Amino acid sequence: MEPMETSKVENVRLLDRFDPRHPVTGTLYLTATHLIFIDPDGKKETWILHQHIASVEKLQMTAFGSPLRVKCKTYMNVTFILPRERECQDIMVTLQKLSRPESLEDLYCFHYVSQGGYSQTDGWQLFSLEKEFFRMGIPNQFWDFSHLNKNYELCDTYANLLVVPASATTPMLMGSSRFRSRGRLPALSYLHRNGASICRCSQPLAGFSARCLEDEQLLRAILQTNPKSARMCIVDTRPKINAMANRAKGKGYENENYYTDVQFHFIGIENIHVMRNGLSKLMDACDSSCATVSSYLSALDKSDWLKHIKAILDTSVFIANKVEDEAANVVVHCSDGWDRTAQTCSIASLLLDPYFRTIHGFQALIEKEWLSFGHKFTDRCGFLDADAKETSPVFTQFIDCVWQLTQLYPMAFQFNERFLVELHDHVYSCQFGTFVGNCEKDRVDLMVSQRTYSLWAFMQSRIDDYLNHLFQPNSNHSPNVMRPDTSSQNLRLWVGLYLRFEDGLLPRESIADWISATKGRAQSLNDHTRLLEKRIADLRFLVLHRDDLKSSTCHSEGHDVDSGLSENEVGSDKQSQKYRSESGEPTARSSGDLPEDSLTSTAPRVSDTESGFEELCHPSSRASFGSVGVAGSTLRDLKRPSVDLSLDQIALELNSVAIDWKNPRDVTHCGCAAPFRYLNCKYNCWKCGEVYCGRCIDRHIALPGHYSGKSVPVCRPCYKTLKSSPSYIDLAAVAKQRGLHSPLCAAAAPHLAAKRTSCSRGTTSRLVMSVKIAW
Amino acid sequence: MDFADLIRVTQIGNVSLKRQFGEPVEGVICITGHHLIFSPFNQKKENELWLQHSFVDITDFRPGINSSKVYLKLKNFETLEFGIVSAEDAQNMLHSIEDLCNIGDITLRYPLFYRPPFQILEDGWEAFSLERELMQMTQLSDEWRLTRINEQFKVCPTYPTLLIVPMSIDDDVLLKAATFRQGNRFPVLSYLHPATRACLLRSAQPLCGQGGKRNRDDERLVNAVVSSGRKGYILDTRTPPVQKQHQTKGGGSEPKDHYAQWKYLQAFLERPSALHDALVSLVAAVNDTKDAKERWINRLESCQWLSRVQEALSAAALVAQCIDHESAPVLIHGQEGVDTTLLVSSLAQVLLSSDARKVNGFAALIEREWVQAGHPFRARHLKSAFARSEPGSEAPLFLLFLDCVWQMIRQFPCSFEFNEQLLILLFEHSYSSEFGTFLCDNEKERADYSIKSRTVSIWSYLLRPELLQELMNPIYEPNTNALWPSVAPQSMALWEGVFLRFQIDQSPKQAMWKEIGLIREQDVKLRSKVNLLRRQLLELQKEAVENGLLTPGESC
Repeated sequence: MEPMETSKVENVRLLDRFDPRHPVTGTLYLTATHLIFIDPDGKKETWILHQHIASVEKLQMTAFGSPLRVKCKTYMNVTFILPRERECQDIMVTLQKLSRPESLEDLYCFHYVSQGGYSQTDGWQLFSLEKEFFRMGIPNQFWDFSHLNKNYELCDTYANLLVVPASATTPMLMGSSRFRSRGRLPALSYLHRNGASICRCSQPLAGFSARCLEDEQLLRAILQTNPKSARMCIVDTRPKINAMANRAKGKGYENENYYTDVQFHFIGIENIHVMRNGLSKLMDACDSSCATVSSYLSALDKSDWLKHIKAILDTSVFIANKVEDEAANVVVHCSDGWDRTAQTCSIASLLLDPYFRTIHGFQALIEKEWLSFGHKFTDRCGFLDADAKETSPVFTQFIDCVWQLTQLYPMAFQFNERFLVELHDHVYSCQFGTFVGNCEKDRVDLMVSQRTYSLWAFMQSRIDDYLNHLFQPNSNHSPNVMRPDTSSQNLRLWVGLYLRFEDGLLPRESIADWISATKGRAQSLNDHTRLLEKRIADLRFLVLHRDDLKSSTCHSEGHDVDSGLSENEVGSDKQSQKYRSESGEPTARSSGDLPEDSLTSTAPRVSDTESGFEELCHPSSRASFGSVGVAGSTLRDLKRPSVDLSLDQIALELNSVAIDWKNPRDVTHCGCAAPFRYLNCKYNCWKCGEVYCGRCIDRHIALPGHYSGKSVPVCRPCYKTLKSSPSYIDLAAVAKQRGLHSPLCAAAAPHLAAKRTSCSRGTTSRLVMSVKIAW
Repeated sequence: MDFADLIRVTQIGNVSLKRQFGEPVEGVICITGHHLIFSPFNQKKENELWLQHSFVDITDFRPGINSSKVYLKLKNFETLEFGIVSAEDAQNMLHSIEDLCNIGDITLRYPLFYRPPFQILEDGWEAFSLERELMQMTQLSDEWRLTRINEQFKVCPTYPTLLIVPMSIDDDVLLKAATFRQGNRFPVLSYLHPATRACLLRSAQPLCGQGGKRNRDDERLVNAVVSSGRKGYILDTRTPPVQKQHQTKGGGSEPKDHYAQWKYLQAFLERPSALHDALVSLVAAVNDTKDAKERWINRLESCQWLSRVQEALSAAALVAQCIDHESAPVLIHGQEGVDTTLLVSSLAQVLLSSDARKVNGFAALIEREWVQAGHPFRARHLKSAFARSEPGSEAPLFLLFLDCVWQMIRQFPCSFEFNEQLLILLFEHSYSSEFGTFLCDNEKERADYSIKSRTVSIWSYLLRPELLQELMNPIYEPNTNALWPSVAPQSMALWEGVFLRFQIDQSPKQAMWKEIGLIREQDVKLRSKVNLLRRQLLELQKEAVENGLLTPGESC
């Protein structure tokens, strides 16, 4: 891409689709990467990434000028009116070119440089197919890794590592691969706890009579991996008529006469072209021209979008039930096995295994089913100037299906709506190399992991924003195997995705904002409570022992305690130092009756996603931390409290923690004038309690009023005030001086900190032992 | 009449009851004068089902070889399926329930026999005396006065005895003006905006007829609320064809020439009977068999219920805008002024007044704008969605009101003190209840039957702290601003909690709210603990300072 000069057009009107009578006038900037509209007050900034533009068209001249309509893949739909037609034409042509580069090398990810928070090497190592299959217990007696595709010679759209039946021979795999469309032979997608599995492949090149012994043997081998089940189930996700049509082209489906002990099922999910039309009709329903409820509902009905969603969910439920209830092995394919097969296999896994409902697990699922098994992101998402008939909202539908499930099970997913929307947007943005290319081979050839940033690293750096605070794994509300009611009455249009730029249409107040603010404040106040209890103990001690104290002037051991970090504290904090994650936090430290544990326990744990899902299932790993706390607190109580307390110090401590936080509901604009839009994060400053946007609350500091000395988010004014306060002791600096890991370091690289935790669990339990012995 | 004559069978054994969720339950049926009681075998008394006969909308019967099925379709849209071994028992039960659920005589209705098992802390009949409500409004401005012109319902049988009118209009004018409005429902104050002092009036249609008759007293009354040089708005809730039709029958709308300071607005609300049809087809679509579910959105569209919701919300938002943005007085009327008029005036108040979004204020609003203002609950709620009575006067206006409030809660989940459960409770009680609040058509009827002395008010029951706990919104924070909900079609949603709760399991949602409630509870505890500790600390600090143990600056 040629670097280009920013061009700018003044006096541009931005039309509001649902309120066309009140346009905003401002300036339109065209940069190398974005189209930006800014109104004179700077209150409304509209940023459009070129890569997000789906279409640009010039409409008929109006009295105000020449309208330019820009439709985005993020479902933003804006019309600018430019004063001169010439400019409009120029911008249109430029945008058309910029939004559809000719080569992958021109994509945004190869130019994008991060502003910080994560580096280019981060994230690429977070997932590996091998690790994911290890988690399922592979290799085992029945399944093994195959490196036959090491150089992508067996199948160029598969990953270089496959899991196949242990009994499968090389000739079997090669033969089967030749008999399958695009060489996509049956390979393991998911192994369930009960030994049943889901395998995926493409359609066989069966035609009307062709057969392939190796393929038949391979399917037989797959059946035999599961001694519990005598029959296997093959799911063809296409409507039967489509499969028949393919048969005439020499492809089609397995002939039941040749494959023994097989149940065959057709389930009608429509093809990519029907889906593409569905989405375009759905956009009509979302348009302002649907002025009445009737016209809106009939447009929604005509799009059949929810029917498609239902078909995908139903098929996934069908597969999951086969696996769970009948312990049957299921082989899934469609035509090429990278669209419908990817959708249904991934959602079936999501239904069967709660691990995939965590953030880390969900990302692993996408890595496996979508990236490793070769969903054609470049083609389907239209990254390049290429055949429009290849585009189709296949991944969008998958995300939509997951959202429907989060609505049916509000407490079963660790991630929230924002996570799904952002994931969707970044698949299309090409800002990260993660989703670039049509298969793993493409990404290896492009060297994306060396040349671009990983989306997972970006998401890891802001993981707090993606948490569903109601997540309760292993509870009644979060069943191990989900059996969703997918009746049409239960599915709804995802207004938060398709209409999210129409602020006026969306709920004005957010339940999630309230929960997230309340949870944050609970953390802050629990920490504060511990400090208050300690100070009360200190003062009691002072008052009780005033006569002794007056005669003594030497307080050698008081210092540590006063800093809020006793030796023991610092030690254990070192183990559990993880900003943004509470899991390792010593809990039952205070003898107070408030169940701090229960307040934080519902918060999903970041570190656990790092260290593996099993951690979530074992409260025992937390119990050990608890016992550190108890032992620690007893030790601390024995210590002589500090006497170098001052009134100023106490005042500083009390003032540094806000008890009342501003209700996010009451804030529509940040102090910097930026409006909060749907799904924009609202952050409270932990010191003053005011609400800010992400850009304005970029400081972290330890509050004197907190016992733990953890760095917490504060606004810039509070940061300044604290820093300049004479009695403020920077706990992080104190800790640093002593050569300890400071909380600030942890904040800068949360995932590193989390890793540290996960590998230091062993040491922690040893620590518990030693404390007990000492006691 | 004796109930015993209607009860053909008092007890049936070996009955199975199947509801939407869960397995069929075996048990025994008892039929009493007011209830059908189903006691499951081997279960605790709490699991008994006590069903008021008046809660049954319609019955259905299907004979079978092993057991006959009796279906009771309830007014809350649930269907109970009883399997009864003896066909004779089944027939007897069917006919008994049919007769009992259709008893029209108010003196035989359950509220007149009901004795509350709880202690009444605050009598709901007194809790929202109109007098006190109106006094509060009149305190805002001295331009209004209370009138007792309707003492003993002499002027208007559907109005309460106390009304509030402009100070400058005396009772003689009112008397003459009343004759110009259908049912003598002359314009009265419904709401006064505290900030803008703009008022909301409501009335029935003027009796102008096609000749365009006028009434100077009505003009004086209406014009008394617009200051000179300002404009007011008259909102007619009817569609133009309906309005024209009413005009030919002697009604119509105010002739523009004589109400020069008023602008006309039209709200296009369908007439009550059309609303009933919408509900009937909606509930039919919801309960339809499997293949119809495939065409669900199509069915949802054709039943038009959501269109009705959108129209009502739009009309209310329009009124609220006039009052809040333009500080202009608004007069609302439709035909009789007891249906759509009350719908719009009450919804506008929910938008404008933060009090109406609190439990007490909302109860007061319903009491004042629906019960006392003369919405004919008895006539409108004789039957619900499965049946229609002989006069055919049913119309779910109150349900539409509750639905609109629910839409607002959906858009502003933090701004309402109560939750969806309160709305559902009110919906069910408005159709059949042990309480007398929704029993009659108007205050006169209530006086005639001495309802207030012979029955318990629903507010006596609802406003007890132990019940209220369940009805409170855990994420409520007072919001004094007016609410401006989106009325775009894409923003309308079907109220699952009422229309789909017997199709779709609501427990995940309830569990979610329970969890949110816990978070709130812990938050409150935690905050009070911090405050307590801070106080303790400051006291200790004081003591330490007095003893010279603490100094302001650097430590010793």
